Amino acid sequence: MSIRKWRLMVWMAVVVLTILLTGCGGENKEPTGQEKSDSANLTGSGSSFVYPLLNQQIEEYRKNNPKISINYQSTGSGAGIKQVSEQTIDFGATDGPMTDEQLKSAKGGNLLHIPLTLGAVAVTYNLPSTPKDLKISPGVLTDIFLGKITNWNDKRIVDDNPGVALPDLQITVAHRSDGSGTTYIFSDYLSTISPEWREKVGKGTSLNWPAGIGGKGNSGVAGVIQQTSGSIGYLELAYAVQNNLSYAMMKNKEGKWTAPSLQTTSAAAAAATIPEDMRVSIVNAPGAEAYPIAGFAWALIYQNQTDKAKGTALVNFINWAIHDGQALSEGLHYAKLPANLVSREEGMLKTITFEGEPLLK
Amino acid sequence: MSKKRRFKTSLGDQFLRLVTFLMAFSVLVLMAWMGWQMFDAARPSIHTFGFGFITSRVWDPVKEQFGALPFIYGTLMTSLLALLLAAPIGLGVAIFLNEMAESKFRAVIGFLVEMLAAIPSVVYGLWGIFVLAPWLRETVEPGLAKWLGFVPLFQGTPVGFGMLAGGLILAMMILPTIAAISREVMASVPNMQREAALALGATKWEMIKVAVLPYAKTGIMGGIMLGLGRALGETMAVTMVIGNRPDILPSLFAPAYSMAAVIANEFTEATYDLYLSALVEVGFILFGITLVLNFLARLLVWSVARGPKGGNLV
Repeated sequence: MSIRKWRLMVWMAVVVLTILLTGCGGENKEPTGQEKSDSANLTGSGSSFVYPLLNQQIEEYRKNNPKISINYQSTGSGAGIKQVSEQTIDFGATDGPMTDEQLKSAKGGNLLHIPLTLGAVAVTYNLPSTPKDLKISPGVLTDIFLGKITNWNDKRIVDDNPGVALPDLQITVAHRSDGSGTTYIFSDYLSTISPEWREKVGKGTSLNWPAGIGGKGNSGVAGVIQQTSGSIGYLELAYAVQNNLSYAMMKNKEGKWTAPSLQTTSAAAAAATIPEDMRVSIVNAPGAEAYPIAGFAWALIYQNQTDKAKGTALVNFINWAIHDGQALSEGLHYAKLPANLVSREEGMLKTITFEGEPLLK
Repeated sequence: MSKKRRFKTSLGDQFLRLVTFLMAFSVLVLMAWMGWQMFDAARPSIHTFGFGFITSRVWDPVKEQFGALPFIYGTLMTSLLALLLAAPIGLGVAIFLNEMAESKFRAVIGFLVEMLAAIPSVVYGLWGIFVLAPWLRETVEPGLAKWLGFVPLFQGTPVGFGMLAGGLILAMMILPTIAAISREVMASVPNMQREAALALGATKWEMIKVAVLPYAKTGIMGGIMLGLGRALGETMAVTMVIGNRPDILPSLFAPAYSMAAVIANEFTEATYDLYLSALVEVGFILFGITLVLNFLARLLVWSVARGPKGGNLV
C-alpha cells in the first residue's frame, strides 16, 4: 500500500473509533426521577467488615418495604469514602473514621458518621499444646508485633501465664496484607498503648509492618495461622469464632483480663466517651468489662440530601438498621450498639434535611 | 458483466481490509490509551517521588513514603525462579510426549498437562497455603538449608510462605503453557526431518537434538515467553503464598512481595490520593516491564529464527 493510502486508512480508523467512543458516552443519560415518592433505589459501598450484617439488614428491610431497593457493594472503606466524597453513591460505609481533610474535600457538604455496628479484633494463635485463653499483656503484644519477642517461652509471656507450659518455639507473626479496617482497629490499639509503635509504625488500613508475613483477607491470615505452628495474628472476632481458633485474653485499661466477646465489645462502646460527631476510637476503652481492641463501623451520609425520595428512604432505612435491625447482629457475631448511643444517633438522623426540611419524621 | 463483478469483489475486499484493520488498530489505541491513563493517574506520585520511587525500599502508607523496589525485585525474582524450574520441565514433557511416549499414554498425559492450565489461580493459591507452604516449611526448606546452607539463597528460618513458595506456584502455573506450546511446535516438525536423521544412523536423542529442537526453537522460545508473561502478571496465587512483605532479602525462604499482589491487596483501601497514585505507578511500571520484556523476547526470537534451521551433531 502506498503511504497516502496508509495515511488515509489511519485517519479513517481514528474517525470511526472516535465516533464509536463518543457514541457510547452519549447514551448514559439517566431517566429523570419521576417515580412516586415512596419508591427509591439506593446505592452504597464501602467497608467489607460491615457487609455481612448490612446485606442481611437490607434483605430483611425489603420484606416490609418492597419499593425500596438498596444495593450495597463491599468495595472496601477506602473506596467507599472516595465514592461518597465524589457523590457517585447515596451513602458510604467505613470502619475507620474519615480525617478532617477528607471531610473537607467531600463534594456534597457536611458528611455525618452514623455508627452501624461494633466489631472486635481477636488475637489468635496456634500453639502445638494449644493452651486456651493465653494471656497477653499490651506491652508483650506490641513487642511481638515489633519483632522484639521472638520465642514463645520468652520470660515476659511466661510471667503473664503462670502454670502454662509454653514451648520453645519461634513466633511467626501473621498480619493482613490487604488494606483492612481490622488492621486499622488493631494498629489503632497498638498506637494507643505504645508510644514506640505510634512512632515507628502508626495506624492505618495498611502498614509498614516491622515483622511477620502477610495473608490476604481474614481467610488468608487464618490459613497462615492454622498452617503454621507457633504463629500469632489478629482476626475479626466473628471469623475467629466461626473457625474455632484459639484467641488470647487481653488486659484492658482497668488491668482486668478480658476475652473478646459480643458483651465485652458492647461494654467498650458503652463506657467510651463518644463525641458529637461520633468519629471516635474505642480502643483501650475504660470499664472493667471492656475488651480493648474494638471499633465502630459507620455509615457516611450527607446532611443535606439532594433528592427527597432517596433521602427519605435512606434515613428511614438507617433508622431501622440502628433500632430493629440490630436484632440481626448477634447471629452474625456483631456486637449490638448500646442503647444510649442509639438514641443519640436517632437525633443525628433527624438533622438530615432536604431543602431545609428534616426527612426523618 | 465480468467488470462489474470484479468491482464488487474489490469493494468487498477493501471493506474487509478496513474492518480488520480497524480491529487491529483498536488494540494499538487501547494499549496507548491505557498507558496514558495510568501515567496520568500516577502523576502525583511521579511528581512527589521522582526516580526515587524505583530505587526506594520503603513502602509505608502511614507515613506516606512509597518505594517500589521490593515489589519489582519480588516480581522479577519469582518469575525468574518459575522460568528456571518450568522451562526445562516443560520442554522435557513436550519431548517425552512427542517423541517417546506411546500414543495412548500421550493422550492421557497431554490432557492432564493441559488441565493444569485450566485450574483457576485461586485454587493454586489455596493448595499453596494448605499443602505447599507446610511441606516447604517442614521438609524442603530444612533439607535445602542442611545441604546447600552455605549459599545465602538457602539460609534463614524456614517459614513456608515466601519467595520459594511464590516461585514454585508460578512454575506450576506456567508449566502447562510452556509444555503445550513446545509440544505443538514439535509436532509440526516434518517427519522427513526425523526420518532423515534416523536414516543417517542418529540415536533418538541425536535425532531430537539435530532434527527436532533446532526446527522448533523459535516456537519453544515463544512458549517460554508466554509463560513469562503469565508469571509476571499472576496475582492471586502469588499473594496467597509469598508472605507479602515488601523487603529485599537474599534468602529464598524469606517472605517477599510482588507488584501485582500489592496492587490487588491495597487498592481497595487506598485512602488518600497519593497512596492511590503510588499504586497506579506500580501498575505503570509493571506495564512497562512487561512491554520491555516482551520486546526483548521478540528480539530473541528473531535472532534465533535467523540462525540456521539445522543443528550440529557434535
